[in-house]
Amino acid sequence: MAEHGTFTPRPVVLLTPEETATFLVRDMNVFYGDNHALQHVTLNVPSRQITALIGPSGCGKSTFLRCLNRMNDTILGCRVTGELTLDTHAILGRAVDPVEVRKRVGMVFQRPNPFPMSVYDNVAYGPRRHGARNRGVLDRIVEETLRKSALWDEVKDKLRHSAFDLSGGQQQRLCIARALAVQPDVLLMDEPSSALDPISTFKIEELMLELKEHYTIVIVTHNMYQASRVADFTGFFLHGELIEYGPTVEIFERPIDPRTDDYVRGRFG
Amino acid sequence: MPSPRQTFDAQLHALEQRLLRMGSFVEGMLEDSVKALELQDTALAEEVVRRDDVADELDLDIETSCMHMLALQQPMSKDLRVIGTALKITTDLERIGDYSVDIARTAIELASEPFLRPLVRIPRMAEFTSRMVRGALEAFVSRNAEKIDEVVNLDDQVDDLNVQVWAAMTMEMKEDPSSIYRNAHMILVARYLERIADHAVNVAERVQYMETGILRQLAASHQTPGA
Repeated sequence: MAEHGTFTPRPVVLLTPEETATFLVRDMNVFYGDNHALQHVTLNVPSRQITALIGPSGCGKSTFLRCLNRMNDTILGCRVTGELTLDTHAILGRAVDPVEVRKRVGMVFQRPNPFPMSVYDNVAYGPRRHGARNRGVLDRIVEETLRKSALWDEVKDKLRHSAFDLSGGQQQRLCIARALAVQPDVLLMDEPSSALDPISTFKIEELMLELKEHYTIVIVTHNMYQASRVADFTGFFLHGELIEYGPTVEIFERPIDPRTDDYVRGRFG
Repeated sequence: MPSPRQTFDAQLHALEQRLLRMGSFVEGMLEDSVKALELQDTALAEEVVRRDDVADELDLDIETSCMHMLALQQPMSKDLRVIGTALKITTDLERIGDYSVDIARTAIELASEPFLRPLVRIPRMAEFTSRMVRGALEAFVSRNAEKIDEVVNLDDQVDDLNVQVWAAMTMEMKEDPSSIYRNAHMILVARYLERIADHAVNVAERVQYMETGILRQLAASHQTPGA
């Protein structure tokens, strides 16, 4: 149908301003052996916003997420090319220590995976690894981080209990607290609530919205409705390509690429 | 066994069919109300008044199915736009039915008032307005942008005729106070037709939104002559 009046369509991949971006990704490719798993991805991840990555299984969204904190380095035969900067510093390549990257870019996984230790020690684990020994300092970090993770009121009387005594939703928020305890700038979340019930999911989403005031959040989710509820920007991946990226409301209300349209309308398969 | 997506597609198709049925129904109300006015046919006018209950039922039925689909299918993209459009269009169509009833009531009111001369501008306004309603519905069915343009262009002509009716009727009322009762009603009829035309433009705007995702006003806001 012809357009009435003037309307300039947005680009299929909308690049937000570089100066407000935490990550700049340019022509990034990931190979697992001969498999070209991520192809020529270029985008900016805006600072202190929630960016959601959606797409069917095997589309490359988790592969992309793992690039952002160099987790792909742990996979044998994995090769990453292109440019990736975190606050203007290049973070790909052997010259960059992945541990330093991961200190600034925390990650939370699909299934809550607390360490087999107390609630307190889970949160204090990272700061201790980075040299914090003073009891008062650790107490303060644990309390502040648990408060940020909306968990303090629920666990303040059981800090010495095993983390496994907590519910699934509480364990996931503990994992978020553990990631935040080393004061990262970015929080990556890979399907953070797919193993949780709706109420726990709601709490995680509420927490994401609170945390984005201080952190850049990138979330991979199979749940389109979660992306539509919490994300400011959404990227749609298919067969290793970033098909479309833009403001969440546009991706779900008027996507440009017909493949995005098919996916968000459940017309795949 | 149809897939959930096939079921949803069938529901969307049924929704479109319901909207079309309602559209033709209120279009019939509009045409008959003006016919009843012209022919001073009280029986036909009363028939139009009775049809309003059916239009209201169709409206509620469409709104209910839209709400069910929103709740159960959580639509996105084009599907969301179709349902959002249906929710808006059904209200416009229901209002077109209401204004047709207003015209029919006027026909009943004026059935025993002799016309000094045959009506000219009001039937022409009614013809344009009917074409607009039909055109907007055709645009909905065919997703045809040209139909939308046609509706918008006709709206300008309806607005002009409304201004002409106002000018002619007020002048006649000044010259012949005995015409006041009849002409005041005719001014109202012209106003009802002008409002129906605005609702047809609303439908056209929604069809454009449904297709493009761009929501914008296609015609200038209506103006009341003499205001």
